Amino acid sequence: MSFLSRAPAPLPLAAPAGDGPGNPWFSWQYVQDNADTIMTKLGFHIGITLETVVIALLVAVPLAVLAYWIRPLTGPILALSGVLYTIPSLALLALLAPLLGATNRVTVLIALVLYALLLLVRNALTGLTQVSADVKDAAAGMGYGRFGRLWHVELPLALPGIVTGLRLATVSTVALVTIGAIIGQGGLGDLIMGGFWNNFYKAEILTGTVLCVGLALVLDLALVGLGRVLTPWSRRRTS
Amino acid sequence: MSYFRDGLVWLNDPLNWTNPGGLLDRLQEHLVITFWAVLVGCVVGLPLGIWLGHRGRGGGVVVTVANLTRALPTLALLTILPLTPIGFGKLPVILALAVFAVPPLLANAYTGLRSVDAETKEAAIGMGLSGGQLLRRVELPLSVPYLASGLRTAVVQVVATATLATLVNGGGLGTIISAGFGLGISRGGAQIVAGGIAVVLLALLAEAVFAGVERLVTPRPLRTVRRRRAARAATTG
Repeated sequence: MSFLSRAPAPLPLAAPAGDGPGNPWFSWQYVQDNADTIMTKLGFHIGITLETVVIALLVAVPLAVLAYWIRPLTGPILALSGVLYTIPSLALLALLAPLLGATNRVTVLIALVLYALLLLVRNALTGLTQVSADVKDAAAGMGYGRFGRLWHVELPLALPGIVTGLRLATVSTVALVTIGAIIGQGGLGDLIMGGFWNNFYKAEILTGTVLCVGLALVLDLALVGLGRVLTPWSRRRTS
Repeated sequence: MSYFRDGLVWLNDPLNWTNPGGLLDRLQEHLVITFWAVLVGCVVGLPLGIWLGHRGRGGGVVVTVANLTRALPTLALLTILPLTPIGFGKLPVILALAVFAVPPLLANAYTGLRSVDAETKEAAIGMGLSGGQLLRRVELPLSVPYLASGLRTAVVQVVATATLATLVNGGGLGTIISAGFGLGISRGGAQIVAGGIAVVLLALLAEAVFAGVERLVTPRPLRTVRRRRAARAATTG
């Protein structure tokens, strides 16, 4: 089996890859001509990010609650999440791709969910453990059972932690989606890689990058806003 | 699981290790890139973090740097840097990875110096230590565990992201994986999985080795307290 099957960087044939006028860092012409492609990639990027975060949240919160209720599980869950998080993204894709198909969107989705999961579990658990014992006592005194206390007292108080986790997970997911470009499922990453392999077309690379960073910032701000709406009491305290 | 077994079979073939461009060559490339990237990261991140921590301000800078690098895709930096006047080759890859090594080093150095007990510092100043002496004899020794923790995070991070260097022909172990994808799943599946296993093992090894280093340089009485603090630092940093 040959290692060299992947072609080396295609040599620039027509225009040299230098800073010549033919290869600007940004070009409206490129954006206009390729608006359809760019919008498709952007849509894919947003879609897979939201899907990842929602799935990860649905799995992470119960896991965090489990780790919170059953103390002996806390250590193993955190340790496992730490070990999983050190696995490089490309390696995770490499291990998943042969099982799930090499050009499959689900492959990227599962890898992304795994990474987002770890950030969310960690932060949700931190949020839950920071609920003070006095508050829990008071809740118990008011007659809340285990689930009632969780739903009405502990989870709302852990919300700032969960939202922090959501922000971390969302921003790093937006950046991570680009890795999917290796199997052609990278959203804006496809633009970045495409530009690189397409005679180092700078306009395509930079458009992908700028949209990617911009998307991360917009989603981050949206989550900050969501956090404020969900925790009106913390806003009242600061103002 | 047959793919997994195929991957192990691939790893078991000595030629796949010793061939030119085989695992050993790629491993060496990977380690060289990692070493230089971490070194550059240390040269930039540590003095800045130590200085900010010593002065006791600039926490905003640290947070901003950490957040910005999180939003920036590694892939973008890897593809953009070679097209700047830096040019192609190992240098842009090393610089791109160094950018991701800076935040953990910076944040941990800053946190480490900030977390030195205020009373300890007052006592040292009361004994007549100057600012520089305070830094060298009190603050730095006390924050060594934090510096080691930052180094560990940075190394693991760079080892992991160095895998992506292959996407811009930067070499490293990721090349095994991307070459496998180039062959297609049916022919390259074993190689993809083998590359994945090799990279995972290297990342876990780096984590284990530097966790050991961190433990070694942490004075025994600080070890249990530290672990709790480290968990908190990891979630915020």
